[in-house]
Amino acid sequence: MNFWLLLLIKVGLVLGVMLPGALVIIFGELKISAHMQSRIGPYFAGGRFGWAQPLADGLKFMQKEDLVPADADDRVYKLAPYVVLMGTLALFVVLPFGPETVARDLDLGIFYVLAVSSLSTLGVLMAGWSSANKYSLIGGLRAAAQLIAYELPLVLAVIGVAIMAGSLSLNDIVTAQANWQWFDTLPTWVNIIPPYMILQAVGLVIFLTASLAELSRIPFDMPIAESELTMGYLTEYSGLRFTMFFLGEYAGMVAMAAVAATLFLGGYWLPFVSDDVLNFVGPVVLLTKVMLIAFVFIWLRWTFPRLREDQLQTIAWKWLIPAGLANIVLTGFFKVVF
Amino acid sequence: MSTRPRLPTLPFKGLRTGMWLTLKTLFKKPVTINYPLEKETPVPRARGVIALDPEACTVCMLCARECPDWCIYIEGHKEEQPPAKEGGRVRTRATLDRFDIDYALCMYCGICVEVCPFDALFWSPDYEYSEFAISEMMHDKDRLTYWLSTVPDPPALESN
Repeated sequence: MNFWLLLLIKVGLVLGVMLPGALVIIFGELKISAHMQSRIGPYFAGGRFGWAQPLADGLKFMQKEDLVPADADDRVYKLAPYVVLMGTLALFVVLPFGPETVARDLDLGIFYVLAVSSLSTLGVLMAGWSSANKYSLIGGLRAAAQLIAYELPLVLAVIGVAIMAGSLSLNDIVTAQANWQWFDTLPTWVNIIPPYMILQAVGLVIFLTASLAELSRIPFDMPIAESELTMGYLTEYSGLRFTMFFLGEYAGMVAMAAVAATLFLGGYWLPFVSDDVLNFVGPVVLLTKVMLIAFVFIWLRWTFPRLREDQLQTIAWKWLIPAGLANIVLTGFFKVVF
Repeated sequence: MSTRPRLPTLPFKGLRTGMWLTLKTLFKKPVTINYPLEKETPVPRARGVIALDPEACTVCMLCARECPDWCIYIEGHKEEQPPAKEGGRVRTRATLDRFDIDYALCMYCGICVEVCPFDALFWSPDYEYSEFAISEMMHDKDRLTYWLSTVPDPPALESN
């Protein structure tokens, strides 16, 4: 098929999965947070259960004036939200939605994921620097410190999976999980359990914690910290550009959850189902796993208060990185022994 | 300070307790009352609005004088009544002309209800009398008398 036509279809599909996914998570966040606080949440918008609330919010944001501060660095300021959104959208290039449903199965899949997800950090820094606002600046610097600190445990957690699967390609990693055999003595239903969820449990916990910090969500939301920094690097943004940041945050949740699901929960893989069927069911399976992880993110957010800046750094450097290193050593050891 | 050594607990106790609490609340029925659609039933002794029994009022002005906010306006006059016996002195009776409470000023302290020596004022649990204009918050004698119909019966006396 024509290359450009194929490209267009792929971009359309990614946007078609990603943005509704982000909207669903926004709605889920509204409803789940409400019920966790014994409230009802959106109720009237859209007729039933307030399902149209995220759409209504988006429409409201679009009507707002697009303000640029007089002292702001105009072009950088205007570009920043799109850099953030691009960083998350570009992750979907290598994510496999099925055995053959993948935009481009790179050999360096995870490497690409980790590299591209750092692009959003650049967007956040751009927003912080260019806003000509002290809150934005401090927020941007905090974001930089935090994202650098948590990039390391993220990488270390992924290495364990790469060692076990023997490949950096995301598709190969899913295949490795699908072909995993537990001991013969155990009954066959044990194969339902995604193997890396158990064997790389430490890696999973490190990965989820670090991705929470990467997304700067509560309890790691110091870059935004409303009570001290107004809204951090988002302070000066309004209208459509704010919507882009907002969407970028939730699209980032979808992306990180999708990566975590692919690495640790088996991605599109469903036990006892052949590859032909998975080509069609795969996306649904992956999205279900994404929603499960997103629920855990939301659950954590509405349970815990924000950490202090030094506590944040302590968790990263004193706990997650040593644990990640130990995990790599152990994984390598068992990989060689067995 | 007790010197008892602390028992070792499983790690992340705070984490686990918090997560369990939010998960439990998630599946409980929300406490929200969807006000205009469903209404809360106030307790019988709720301080919603003050009702007036104009027959019992003697225009003694105690409530107006005790009111910390000066939100009670009373006017009255004396009416002559025929003597009890033939040739006796003409009796007078205080009659209530105006009894207004400005709920824009009232702070619901209930001192007027406490101080009334003739039980002319009552608390009613009714609370739906918000208005679009602040001047509408002035309730006149008729409106205060209407609130009397919403006053619940006093609790029964104890048997012994």
